[in-house]
Amino acid sequence: MTEPTIAAAQICFHCGNDCPSDYYIIEDKNFCCQGCKSVYQILSTNKLCSYYSYNDHPGATRARIDKRFDYLSAPAIISELIDYTDQDVTIVTFYIPHIHCSSCLWLLEQMNKINPAVHYCRVDFLKKQLNIRFEHQKLSLQQLVELLYDIGYEPLISLQDVIKKQNSVDKDNLVQKIAVAGFCFGNVMLLSFPEYFGISVYEQTYRYFFGWLNILFSIPVVFYSGGGYFVSAWQNLRNRVLNIDFPLALGISVLFARTVFEIISHTGAGFADTLCGLVFFLLVGKFVQKKNYHHISFERDYRSFFPVAVQIIEKTEEKPIPLFQLHTGHRMVIRHNEIIPADAILLKGDALIDFSFVTGESVPISKTLGEIIYAGGRQTGEAIELEVIKPVSQSYLTQLWNNEAFTLQQHNRMQTFNERVSKYFTIVLLVIAFGTLLFWLHADYKRGFAAFTAVLIVACPCALALSTPFTMSAALSIFDRNSFYIKNTEVVEHMANIDTIVMDKTGTITTGDSNSVEIEAMLTDSQKQLVYSACINSIHPLCRMICQFMGNMARLTAINYKEIPGMGIRTSINGHHLVIGSTQLVLGQREDTAHTTKVHLMIDNLYLGYFSFAHHYRAGMEKITSLRSSYDLFLLSGDQDHERYELVRFFKEKGSMHFNQSPQDKLDFIISKQADGNKVMMIGDGLNDSGALKQSDLGVAITDNVNNFSPGCDAILDGKSFSKLPAFLQFSKDTVRIIHFSFLISLVYNLVGLSFAVTGKLSPLTAAILMPVSTVTIISFTSIATHLMAKRRKLI
Amino acid sequence: MSIIYFLIGCSILLALIFLAAFFWAHKSGQNDDLYTPSMRILLDEEDDVPSEK
Repeated sequence: MTEPTIAAAQICFHCGNDCPSDYYIIEDKNFCCQGCKSVYQILSTNKLCSYYSYNDHPGATRARIDKRFDYLSAPAIISELIDYTDQDVTIVTFYIPHIHCSSCLWLLEQMNKINPAVHYCRVDFLKKQLNIRFEHQKLSLQQLVELLYDIGYEPLISLQDVIKKQNSVDKDNLVQKIAVAGFCFGNVMLLSFPEYFGISVYEQTYRYFFGWLNILFSIPVVFYSGGGYFVSAWQNLRNRVLNIDFPLALGISVLFARTVFEIISHTGAGFADTLCGLVFFLLVGKFVQKKNYHHISFERDYRSFFPVAVQIIEKTEEKPIPLFQLHTGHRMVIRHNEIIPADAILLKGDALIDFSFVTGESVPISKTLGEIIYAGGRQTGEAIELEVIKPVSQSYLTQLWNNEAFTLQQHNRMQTFNERVSKYFTIVLLVIAFGTLLFWLHADYKRGFAAFTAVLIVACPCALALSTPFTMSAALSIFDRNSFYIKNTEVVEHMANIDTIVMDKTGTITTGDSNSVEIEAMLTDSQKQLVYSACINSIHPLCRMICQFMGNMARLTAINYKEIPGMGIRTSINGHHLVIGSTQLVLGQREDTAHTTKVHLMIDNLYLGYFSFAHHYRAGMEKITSLRSSYDLFLLSGDQDHERYELVRFFKEKGSMHFNQSPQDKLDFIISKQADGNKVMMIGDGLNDSGALKQSDLGVAITDNVNNFSPGCDAILDGKSFSKLPAFLQFSKDTVRIIHFSFLISLVYNLVGLSFAVTGKLSPLTAAILMPVSTVTIISFTSIATHLMAKRRKLI
Repeated sequence: MSIIYFLIGCSILLALIFLAAFFWAHKSGQNDDLYTPSMRILLDEEDDVPSEK
């Protein structure tokens, strides 16, 4: 079928992509583009070719070879980016999205072989960060970034990096606190054993010695490790809130006071090991609750994908300025693949803007001179000149962030179970404790105080405080395994309370993969090959989709290839003349308002038909509609309503679909639902949903690549797991049920302990056994139950 | 039996040294990145060997 002249599909040695017909060969290795070839040349001249031996095709494709890092020479920007500098060396940390394999790691840590001015390189693989120390007199920051770019690792430098660094807060030394508590717990336990097994009368001196050591070990546990509980309890009391930290702080202080008193007055052995164990387990619970996703950010906004600087023209001279200095009236130059950072009027050039960041719609839109272009679009094609009409922070897109949903701290968040319960728990605990005290007081005041303190010790809600963190962290790792990344443990509880689900359309329930391409033409195999060979030359998304749809084919050489932006392509292949593109280009007439996007096809002046691109709904959309029985479902779309009839099968109720919604409309819709007392979950993907995501009780961003940009939210859902959403919702309810049940278990332990305590006869040994046993029961119950529930919901 | 005072003192001192070592390690950033070293160990140190060949 195929002629022998056609080269078999060649794979680029550097990036692994298919090579075009005019590929590059050096040292009998194939390269798909100039960029890939130049990376290889740099590496081979520096004897770094082991890069290619650790992994096959480790590089990123390098179709784009224009550099634009001029802005990195501006001192204002440099000082924002670097971590540290002195006379000789500068230290800087970059985020490099392409880091993905051991080759990356190896090459980036060999940078000083390429340029000796680099002293030290360290990669943090999970965070995809590179820490570099270099001599800035021999190598400027701009040169360094260009060097990284030359070897195929372009750092992502964005405004939010700069801001994030300023906001970075110190950690609360949790690990150190656990280390101290664990250290003291171990020692105190050993020193308490003799007491529990009995010390004979002539060994009394040892008893006092052990006692004093126990006090000594308890001091750092109470004041260093447990200090946070006192601070938190005090702050909450001042805000008139009774949360779980109050009974915990009370328990810790009573334990400590009674231990010190008993040892000094030689009346007993004290509860030092219960105390240390309590603080240790509590801190471990706190540690478990904190889940870090290094590669995911939940706090992103427009700044994280806007450039740091922009080129402007001032007195016929082009110069870079930092974005925050850009204001109305500036004339800026936007090149291929750059993002327009502010609302502006097009002055010069052909604008073909890709608004996929904003709307999720990946087909570029062409704009004519004098038209207003909103911020957030990405120019594809030649350089354009625009005049800024609104500052960055007040443009159509970014003004959403000035809405009060972003500026106000949210107080309307739902209370967690723990918060609700601990209030009553504390009150009941105090009533029992004082009741016991009063009961014994007139008969035997010593016994009264013993009973009073024992109640506070035994009822210290250790197990209760642990049940939530351990259940939630188990649940989080289940979600994690199913590619559903949740910001923190509280979010799971919010999810269980949701009763209304609002969805965005484009990018959320629709995807743009090859399945949605339909061909309305009869093509022979050789004609297919012609079309494929023509389309492979274009980077236009529709051409990409056509190529994907056709599958891998051998490629023919195209001559006189011409791409008309916004229209289509003309080319000649093997003497056949091809025209592929819009109605206007191919048939010479204006396109009728069709329900689907069409790409028409003409070979040798013979019209053959068209490809149609219908929106394709995510797999599992049918399952989502089954949620209708227990949840209110709504659809908000920024698009026209030409898909209304297709969507009726998913959203049957009248008034559940809303079209032509602006970002502000979406936000207002959420507010109106919340005003009716609904708990709203918003599922969206683009920046245009970010207002609604933020306002909702649970904002879920859906994305097909977790490392890609996603707007700020409470949870990030991988598109592949979309169909599991009903299971996730069920599972979150199960999780809350597990927490309720483990609360009951911990209550039973408390009651058993209390029955000893109220009589005033709580021995240190009982307390020392009861506390760890209840802790272990809770931890194992929650992990096992969560696991079983996940199995039942088919999540593992 | 008074040797026990000495022994307990020794054991606590030893434990304190380990605690201090942990603090030092944590502070110097050894626990910041627990994943990358496991990959780094698989890469060879070649030190210009190819150039001599």
